[in-house]
Amino acid sequence: MNDWIYVVSFYGAAGAALLGALGVLLLRNLFHAGLSLIFSFFAVAALFVLLGAEFLAGVQVLIYVGAVAVLILFAVMLTQRITSRHVKNYTRALVPALLVALGLAGVAALVMLKLRLPAAAALPAASPLDELAELLLSTYLLPFEVISLLLLGALVGAIVLARKEERR
Amino acid sequence: MSITPAHFLGVAVLLFGVGLLVVLIRRNAIAVLMGVELMLNAVNVALVTFDRVYGPARLDGQIFSLFIITVAAAEAVVGLALILAIYRSRATVAVDDLRELRG
Repeated sequence: MNDWIYVVSFYGAAGAALLGALGVLLLRNLFHAGLSLIFSFFAVAALFVLLGAEFLAGVQVLIYVGAVAVLILFAVMLTQRITSRHVKNYTRALVPALLVALGLAGVAALVMLKLRLPAAAALPAASPLDELAELLLSTYLLPFEVISLLLLGALVGAIVLARKEERR
Repeated sequence: MSITPAHFLGVAVLLFGVGLLVVLIRRNAIAVLMGVELMLNAVNVALVTFDRVYGPARLDGQIFSLFIITVAAAEAVVGLALILAIYRSRATVAVDDLRELRG
């Protein structure tokens, strides 16, 4: 089921995801970096579709593009001064950071090369959404509830942290 | 020329590497948060890939990804609130300038 359109869309999505990530790394203007991040999020959603996880792709667009990225852009606009795009962009630890990232990616790539994946895995398969929902509300019911509590706590905590201190 | 799960894992590794670089070398705390989000995305891609590899009988990978997305949202919310609070008291969000705890 690997026809050419699948191959082309894979390379398109993968290239777009990496391009967006590189934009986050290299763009000097932080607002542009945030837009590049949104681009990368969309491309990862496309990768999810190619993997047959359509529900996750929808969640990715809703949560990441719709919520997290907008939040990040808001924070950028609230904390950036107009002059600050000329300040230094990178920390001094450039070379060690490069070494660490390259080393980690290298180790991960080595592990992947050693990996023997089951050959039977036909990549694009329909994702059974009803099974996902059933699993989420039976086997994974406790983590599901715990994580909703976590989200609630995080939201309340964020409001407490970000509100202005009242003078008394 | 066909796309195998290894291709997707390769994209995940590259995405994770770039995200790690963003975390390590960008000076702005918000950019560091963006790097964290990139790394979480990379992990999600890897998890969904393994979910596909080990068959449509198991969906645990996708469930894990859902949980990761939720935790990432919580992390982003709290992190950005912290950054805003720091900006209000210090007027900077550069990670180099916040070194009060350094001995």
